[in-house]
Parts: sequence; C-alpha cells; structure tokens
Amino acid sequence: MVTGIQSRETGTKAVWEGSLEELRGLVTERAMTGETMLLNMGPHHPSTHGVLRLLLELDGEQIVTCLPDIGFLHTGIEKNIEDKTYEKGVPLTDRMDYLSPMSNNMAFCLAVEKLAEVDVPERARIIRVICLELARIASHMVWLGTHALDMGAMSVFLYCFREREHILRIFEMISGQRMMGSYLRPGGVWRDLPPEFYKAVTDFITYFEPKVDDYEALLTRNPIWLDRTQGVGILEPEVALAWGVTGACLRGSGVNWDVRKAMPYSDYDTYDFDVPLGEHGDVYDRFLCRVQEVRQSVRILKQAMKRLPKKGPFRSDNRKFVPPPRRELGQSMEAVIHHFKLWTHGFDAPDEEVYVSLESPRGEIGCYLHGTGGNKPRRVHFKTPSFMHISALPVMSEGYLLADMIAIIGSVDIVLGDCDR
Amino acid sequence: MGVTSKLGNLGIVTTTLETAVNWGRTGAMWPLLFGLACCAIEMMSAQASDYDLSRFGMELNRASPRQSDLIIVAGRVTRKMAPVLRQLYDQMADPKWVISMGDCASCGGVYNNYAIVQGVDEIIPVDVYVAGCPPRPEQLIHGIMTLHEKIKAERIVHWAS
Amino acid sequence: MHIPPPLDATDALKQHFGADVLYSKQFRGETTIAVNPASLAEIMLFLRNTPGLVFNFLSDISAVDYYPHIPSDERPERFGVAYHLYSMLYNRRLRVKVFAAEETPVVPTIIGVFPAAGWLEREIMDMMGVKFEGNPDQRRLLMPDDWDGHPHRRDYPMGKETVQFSFNVEEILKHKPSASK
Repeated sequence: MVTGIQSRETGTKAVWEGSLEELRGLVTERAMTGETMLLNMGPHHPSTHGVLRLLLELDGEQIVTCLPDIGFLHTGIEKNIEDKTYEKGVPLTDRMDYLSPMSNNMAFCLAVEKLAEVDVPERARIIRVICLELARIASHMVWLGTHALDMGAMSVFLYCFREREHILRIFEMISGQRMMGSYLRPGGVWRDLPPEFYKAVTDFITYFEPKVDDYEALLTRNPIWLDRTQGVGILEPEVALAWGVTGACLRGSGVNWDVRKAMPYSDYDTYDFDVPLGEHGDVYDRFLCRVQEVRQSVRILKQAMKRLPKKGPFRSDNRKFVPPPRRELGQSMEAVIHHFKLWTHGFDAPDEEVYVSLESPRGEIGCYLHGTGGNKPRRVHFKTPSFMHISALPVMSEGYLLADMIAIIGSVDIVLGDCDR
Repeated sequence: MGVTSKLGNLGIVTTTLETAVNWGRTGAMWPLLFGLACCAIEMMSAQASDYDLSRFGMELNRASPRQSDLIIVAGRVTRKMAPVLRQLYDQMADPKWVISMGDCASCGGVYNNYAIVQGVDEIIPVDVYVAGCPPRPEQLIHGIMTLHEKIKAERIVHWAS
Repeated sequence: MHIPPPLDATDALKQHFGADVLYSKQFRGETTIAVNPASLAEIMLFLRNTPGLVFNFLSDISAVDYYPHIPSDERPERFGVAYHLYSMLYNRRLRVKVFAAEETPVVPTIIGVFPAAGWLEREIMDMMGVKFEGNPDQRRLLMPDDWDGHPHRRDYPMGKETVQFSFNVEEILKHKPSASK
C-alpha cells in the first residue's frame, strides 16, 4: 500500500512531487493551512479495485473532500481502434470493461451496425442476449465477491468465484477464450453455438438459481453487513441524475431507468423482466438492486433459452459486411473475393456519426462512432459508467468516514479499465 | 516437542543449506496484492475456489510491498503507472522475484501505442513470463511452478550478487 | 400528473436562439443540432428546463477531430464537440454539436447546467486539446501531468514500436530499454 502522507512543512508528497499550491481551489482552505490532513490512497491499494488514486482531505476520520485521480490504466483503446478496420476493433473493446467484455463488444457492434446498416438475424440477437446476461451474472459475481471481501466476508468471495467459473467455461465453449472472447461481431456472432452449449446453459440456470439465496442468506440480514452499508454513501436521485450516474447506482436511488427497458436493443422489449429499485440510495440499496438484478438475469436467460432455435443463421447474410462461411470458399469465386476483401480492406461506413447505448452490468455504456467514409473510424468514444461513477465519488463520500469509503467504492462497482480506457 | 511426542524420535535429516533455504523460500512465497487490469481477475480466479493457489502456499497476498517476495505484474502497465510500479519494486525486500503475467505486461500485447509500456522488463527485471491474454489460471500456476523450479536451482554464490 | 406534449427540439431552439442554431440534421434517426458555442450554456439550460423538451440527463460529451480540415457548412472548424443529451420523460436523445477553431480551440463549459460535464470536459481537454472555459479544474485527467501533446488528435502519432521478429530482434534490442541488464 503506497500511502504518502502530505508533509506539512515541505508541502511535498511521498510519491508524487508536487506542491500544495496546485490543489488550491480543489481542496478547502483548511487543508492549505494544515488544519485538515491530505491522505493519498492508491493507486496501489487493495480496496480501490484496480489502480485508482484518491487524494482525500480528512478532518480526523471524516472525509472533507475527495479528489480521484485516474488514468493509471489509460490504454489508448479509442486511438487504437481508429487505426484498425471496424471488425478488427472488436477485440480491443474487450479489454475495457474486463469484467463483462461482452457488453463492450455489443456497444461497439451496435454502433457499427447502426452506422453501416448491418442487419442481425433473430437467432443471433437471442444468442447475444444470452451472452450479455451471462456476462452480467459473471460481472455481478466478481462485484459481490470483492465487495464482500473488502468488508470482511471472505466466504462470499469463494462462493462467487466458484459460480463465475461455470460461466467462464460456457464462454470458453463458445468463443475459445475464458474472458476476452470477442464473440459478438458486427452482423451477429463469431460462429455457431456448439451442441453442448444448450445443455450447459440450462444446467447452469438450474444450478445457479438457488445459489443466489445462499448469498442473500449470508449477507442480506447479516448485522455486520447492515452496519457497514446502511445509511452510507447516500445518493439523492436528483444528485445522481445531475452527475450522470447510471445503472444499479441510479436505480438504488429509486430512479427507474434501465436502457434495456427505455431504449430496447436486441429485442429486450420482448423479454419479461423487472427493474429492481432501491429507496434510500445507500450502499445497501445498491447491493440489493444488484442481487435482484442477478435474479432477473436468470429470468431473461430462461426465456431466451426457450426461444433459441437449435439451428439457424448466427450472423448476417450480407456478404459486404460479414465474411462467408468456410465451406463456401472452395466452391464460390464470389465468396473468395468477399473473404479477401473483408480481411484486407474491411467494409466502408459513411462519414457520419452515431451514438448508441446499452445497459452494461455497471450502467449505461455508450459508444459514439464517427466514420470517415472509408474502412476505419474517424473517432470512437466510449462513455463508460465507471468514469461517471468515479467522477461522482466526491459527492457520494463527502462527510462519511474513511472506512466507509471502501464500502462506497465497492458499491459503485468500478472497473478502472472501463474508466480509463 | 509436539511432533516427537506423538511420532517418537524422527532422527536427524541432513541437507545442504541451499536446499533448506530454497525450500523455505518456495514453500511460503507471499505475492504482492497487485492487480492492474484483466489479468488481475484471472489471478483472483487462481486464488479462488476452483484453482486454489493455496495448494502451493501462495494464497496469502500481502498488500504491502515490504512484506512480499513476489510481484505478479498482472495487466498492462501504462506510462503513468510505470513510476509507481518501479517504486513498489524498490520497496520490496530482497530476495524478490517478478512474474510478468499476460501479453500486455510481457511485451505490450495488442496495445502497441503511446500509452502502454512495451514490456514491463523495461522497468523491472522479470524472472518468468506468462503468455496469454489473459492467461488461464493454470498458466499462471505453471508460471509460479516454473519460478519455484528456478529458485530451487539457485546457489549460494548467486545470493551474494 | 399532466405531461406536456413533446416539442421538436430544432424548432424550439430556432425560435428562441435564431441565428445561434447553425444547422440541424437527421441521420439514422438521430437528431444533431449544431449551435454557436458562445450561447452553448444558455441553450443547454433551455433544453433542460423547457417543458416539452426536458433533456435532463447528460449522457456523454465526445470530441472529434476533422483533421486534415477542409472548412464546409457542416464542419466549419476543425474540432467538433458533441453533447449527447437524453430526456428521461420523453425517452429520446439529442446531439448538440459545437465547433472549435484549430488555432484557439475554446468552448464554454456547461458545468453549471450538468455537473457531470466536469470530468467529460476534462477528458477532452486532456486528450483532444479543446479548452473548456470556466471549468474549475484545468488539470490533465488521464495522461500524466508532464505529458506532451493531446493523444486523441488525428495528427498525434500512435507511438507504435516496431514489432520484433527474428530478423530484426537484435537491432531493436540495441535501443530498447531493459531493467535486467
């Protein structure tokens, strides 16, 4: 844990050389005179869920201001995608929000599909919903495990990761990779589902459903858990909206807004599910919302599995955007041309801009895509939920104790790769 | 005391100092709790229920570099993070080892651009590289086993240098 | 509760701000309204508070660099900044776009209307080099403080390193820094 305490005499930090003067206007005047303490938390800290650095102004143990410092994981993904054709950009998006790569794939694919007008067959849309909901469960499992671990509940972590492994095995089955599958592609998905997939998902659903009750039994009425989470990190609905907070954090404050309901993509409007809402907007309500969300995901999964035909198209038939299947290459000259064209040049998209958004496990993830008229985008920008949530951390944490900060960071479920991109 | 009273006199085991010390070093190696990006999640998986890294005495992560012997660089190292990583490495007490986990840490991976350090070996010396994006937990365990082999082969003359 | 019928954002803006609205465009069902940056903050306030519009949620601010820039009616300046607004009441989106000149890329901040803009603007300041006048925090957000240049500009190099193969590995290792040596 690198914690550099600001020296009052010299005004230098232990890790970063810099003067107190730089922070004038950002911290209170009391910090400038040395009345309150400036404490550096991170970027290497077990409870910041990655490489987040927080500069905290403390009055005793109470947080006066909090200045998050991000960028320790800035990967240049947006710039890198501008250098690649549309289809080759998909694997890069995986590594943004690494807890649910499928959502990132989906955001980018939806944007490309909207810009270039690629159609997606119905079966592919169902497969996408299954992938997205599995990814949501997997992501919430990591969130619940680490959040509980931060608060001292070790066993939940072990249970959650056990369940997550089942989902990762399914992902490996369909894409060949446990985490970074790049399975969703513009126009559909990468390849057809293997025959074992259907049984694996149905088995998982039956296995997983009672497990959620176990987590609730461990936490929901646990007095220590209640003490640590109730009444902590309260976010009023108006404040949440003003700060651009989305996802379970917004719904924990009682605002009923879910992109899946509001602006349905991939036929989400045809699925029957509820949007769990909180009342108080504290850490505990966010926890309840997410756990209920997991149950709703299982509900969607069940419906999607019922709908999923065993055979059918898994990606668009439009050869201008989607490569032909392997077996056609030996028989059709046209297929060879399309294949060659797509893997060397890619496809062109108009010199226009689109913005799409979808509900990732963390909140609204938006993709702004601006084409050039050629085969590479001019600009890709991802609006990511973690980014907005970290910018809202100061409003959430003001006035609470330093120990509550850990609970708040855990409850907003930040992923630094998602934030810094 | 405890063991002898139960099992009787076990006698004396003779071995070399090197073997004894290297056995001690590998048997309870404490990694630094240091995760950067995607690979950190796989590192957590390796420590969690299914893969159970504690079979090799590796489950105890220390949050402080002063108490750890091994740093697993799990994820991409950015130019902004590089000085922090170097400082963490410098804070670790000797003997210390480094595993570079994943393609990004080993060579920059898919991110050949302005923001990412192209291989963490530009900043700190690496003992074992683990390939994969991200590597499976088995691969990480294999990397750790490889490091154990490497440590067991160390000789007294190397300690001094 | 009585909900007033939704208004057309373009008409409402043209009525109130007249010449400040440069153009309005539809593409794939998305409305883009380009406005004069000088009155951006008032326009945002108007869009948020007028009954019938109520764009009460700022989804995103993204900047785009039209390098190499050839001035046109649709893209009068090199940098475009797109504000993505969303109305929870009417469930619709709107893109407001302003342009910033290449020599002095300055856009007024809208932090007074949407606090969420604070960091989004800082990100653009850092990555695209478009200044947001009035944002209280003018530090870099993502890149280190001493970083040179603005990486997301189209004329900023990618910073690629040559990929190592067996034929060029020795040449590269001569220059590549290494901690193990």
